[in-house]
Amino acid sequence: MMSKNTKTILKKLISHVIIIAFGLIMLYPVLWLIASSLKPGSAIFSDPSLIPSSISFEHYVTGWQGVGRIHFSTFILNSLVICFSVVVANVISCSMAAYAFARLKFSLKGLWFGIMILSIMLPTHVTTIPRYVMFNTFGWVDTYLPLIAPKLLATDAFFVFLLVQFMRGLPRDLDESATLDGCGKIGIFLRIVVPLSVPSMVTTALFSFLWTWDDFFNQLLYINTPSKYAVSQGLRMFMDASGQSNWGPMFAMSVVSMIPCFILFFTLQKYFVQGIATTGIKG
Amino acid sequence: MKSRRLRPSLADNAVGYLFLAPWLIGFLGLTLYPMIQSLYYSFTQFDMMSPPEWVGFANYIKMFTADKTYMKSLQVTFTYVLWAVPLKLIFALLIAMLMNQKLRFIGLYRAVYYIPTLLGGSVAIAMLWKRLFSGDGAINTILRALGWANPPAWIANPNYALATLVLLTVWQFGSSMIIFLAGLKQIPDEYYEAASVDGAGPITKFFRITLPSLSPVILFNLVMQMISAFQAFTQAFIISAGKGGPLDSTMFYTLYLYTKGFYYYEMGYASAMAWVLLIIIGILTAIIFKSSNMWVSYGSGD
Repeated sequence: MMSKNTKTILKKLISHVIIIAFGLIMLYPVLWLIASSLKPGSAIFSDPSLIPSSISFEHYVTGWQGVGRIHFSTFILNSLVICFSVVVANVISCSMAAYAFARLKFSLKGLWFGIMILSIMLPTHVTTIPRYVMFNTFGWVDTYLPLIAPKLLATDAFFVFLLVQFMRGLPRDLDESATLDGCGKIGIFLRIVVPLSVPSMVTTALFSFLWTWDDFFNQLLYINTPSKYAVSQGLRMFMDASGQSNWGPMFAMSVVSMIPCFILFFTLQKYFVQGIATTGIKG
Repeated sequence: MKSRRLRPSLADNAVGYLFLAPWLIGFLGLTLYPMIQSLYYSFTQFDMMSPPEWVGFANYIKMFTADKTYMKSLQVTFTYVLWAVPLKLIFALLIAMLMNQKLRFIGLYRAVYYIPTLLGGSVAIAMLWKRLFSGDGAINTILRALGWANPPAWIANPNYALATLVLLTVWQFGSSMIIFLAGLKQIPDEYYEAASVDGAGPITKFFRITLPSLSPVILFNLVMQMISAFQAFTQAFIISAGKGGPLDSTMFYTLYLYTKGFYYYEMGYASAMAWVLLIIIGILTAIIFKSSNMWVSYGSGD
């Protein structure tokens, strides 16, 4: 008979083995992508091994030159411009709306709140075509405005909800003492609620960045000029430019396009868990 | 303090609506108005060059009686949702239970298991998938080494292309896993201890304690995952090079909607498609919520 202690240790050991083995299978596609991008030559993509026989950066060099005379750094720069604008717009507009819902009193608040929650579940395609027609009449097609401007109006209701959940948890006695000190509602927002809500604003910024970085549909819809392409569409150009030789550079640039995601993920991990666990972010 | 019960004053309303303004303008101008407009377009023929022309229910009738590709896209999308969503949730729950232990490195493990979700929606991963699961791809090299002489060319085979996309979706179970983990941590240990005293085995505990306690979380996950699965687009677009092939086997609903609207400029038809999608999602969500009386328990918790 095993002692209870041995049994627990054995059970833990088995858990470790299962988790690691399964984790490796799961990570295989990503590891294979990275390994393949470092393998020399072009006929390497049937090779399932994760360890390159020799390491070569040729695909990175070619990939960085880009496609169709557009340097890959252009796509990255474009993506960064779009992402940072979206992040700023989302954080400001969504925290304003969240403050109203979480802390202020006004007529029809319940109704608007219900509508806001429902709008999270609304399939985007119901608004896609009229929005396109609208932005087209504004002359915004083939600019970044259709990707950024809606965010100034808190159209990602999802983040409003996330911030509301957080702001509701903030202690209210701070408001009262601030009111006694002569702070108005705007003052309370700027001096108390915003500084205390930083964690949930980081979560909002984080997911705004990642979703915009990976977004493809809106870019496909609105951006037509290759020199204005963001990373998603830039990567696709490698594929359209056909020919086996393009897989290598495309893989290399795919790895490059993932670097920002990895950096954000590993530096801001706790905000991920917070964001997902409190609101159940889709994904 | 007593002002809590009073109606909001003019000043309250002014400040409230000041903060609400961006969202409210956005909702009215970029959600509600476009919704009404797309409902109107759905009864018209509209190509953006000339003004919309009223055609009554023609678009809707054509969809269900004369458009084979449309029916195919419905079938493909339903098949996809019916496989991808339950599999993803089952998988996420199993992994969450495995992760819900006091183990060394558990934080690292969780992070690693989230990586597919972190990257999965990107164009880069979709292209990687296309390469991995092609006829001469790395997966088939492995399968041949394992003794499967003639594995299918997954992505290029109409019988398997959709399955490959389901796999790609299930692979991204990270968010559901984290939500389940948060739910599992809420279940008091005493429940399991009491069950052990009564002689319950792990399977009984799972069905009698874990599942019922998690049912509200499952409901939430189910609804959100279903809604987003119906809107899947990028993966199918990239893998089929925007065509939904082979033989329309990956013609997702939204892909066909995009093709109709922005390739053929049949904006009226595409709008009608969008409204049917909204109605389908609405009905399914309502059914899930209605049925939840039977399987979701909001236990007293103590």
